Amino acid sequence: MTLLISVFAAVAVTVKWYKRENDDMRLGSLALMYWGASLMWFVDAIAEYIELEAAYFTPEPVDMLNDSFLGLSVVALGLVIWVVRLLIADPKGVVKKSLGRTTRAKEAELEKE
Amino acid sequence: MACFTVSVAEAIVVKVIEKKVAKKEKLAEAKGNTSNVEKPLIPLSTRLGWLSKLLFGGSALLAFEHVWHGEVVPWFPFLTAMNDAADAAEMLTEIGTVGVGMAALVTGVWFVMSKTALYIAGRPALKGLQTEAIIKDRK
Repeated sequence: MTLLISVFAAVAVTVKWYKRENDDMRLGSLALMYWGASLMWFVDAIAEYIELEAAYFTPEPVDMLNDSFLGLSVVALGLVIWVVRLLIADPKGVVKKSLGRTTRAKEAELEKE
Repeated sequence: MACFTVSVAEAIVVKVIEKKVAKKEKLAEAKGNTSNVEKPLIPLSTRLGWLSKLLFGGSALLAFEHVWHGEVVPWFPFLTAMNDAADAAEMLTEIGTVGVGMAALVTGVWFVMSKTALYIAGRPALKGLQTEAIIKDRK
């Protein structure tokens, strides 16, 4: 289930990356992150299949629920890593501009005082 | 158990190589290197960047999964399998099989992706556009 969720996330981000108008959002990095994880979980799934054989495809509902929860958490973590990197890289200069605004506002306040 | 460590190690090595290659490419560009060797359409440093993102990103998410399952802890020795000799042996076997397999698959996919990207970047314009150009030429 974790593999399935990460593959869906990877495909969705890749489609979004393909349809982008510019590279401001750095969607490529997010897509590569999800694809990397999906490939790694694919190998994990093969190893598990070798061990469990057909039973691999009939997991217990509790395990499936836990795996889904994990998959969604992984997608969320990927998004958090991506958004932090985006804010630090600040390709559109939005963060810098907003910080500049705050500094100027503080300077104006100090001048008034 | 700790299969992601192989990918982390490979990612670090790839990142170092990427930085060195990028430095060399910048130096060559600054010198105005006009050798007969044709410049690749996509620089090697960019392509190595894809591999490091695949490896770092994938192993970061996989590390989270190991934390989730209690196999990685934030205190020494960080891997719970290290507390027991039998578990440690099992972990090493897993690193040697699954871990190496993961790193190899990611690298293999990157290699194919890299070659495909070079082919796509280098191929002439789309067939439809080419046909339009030919028709215009005839007119």
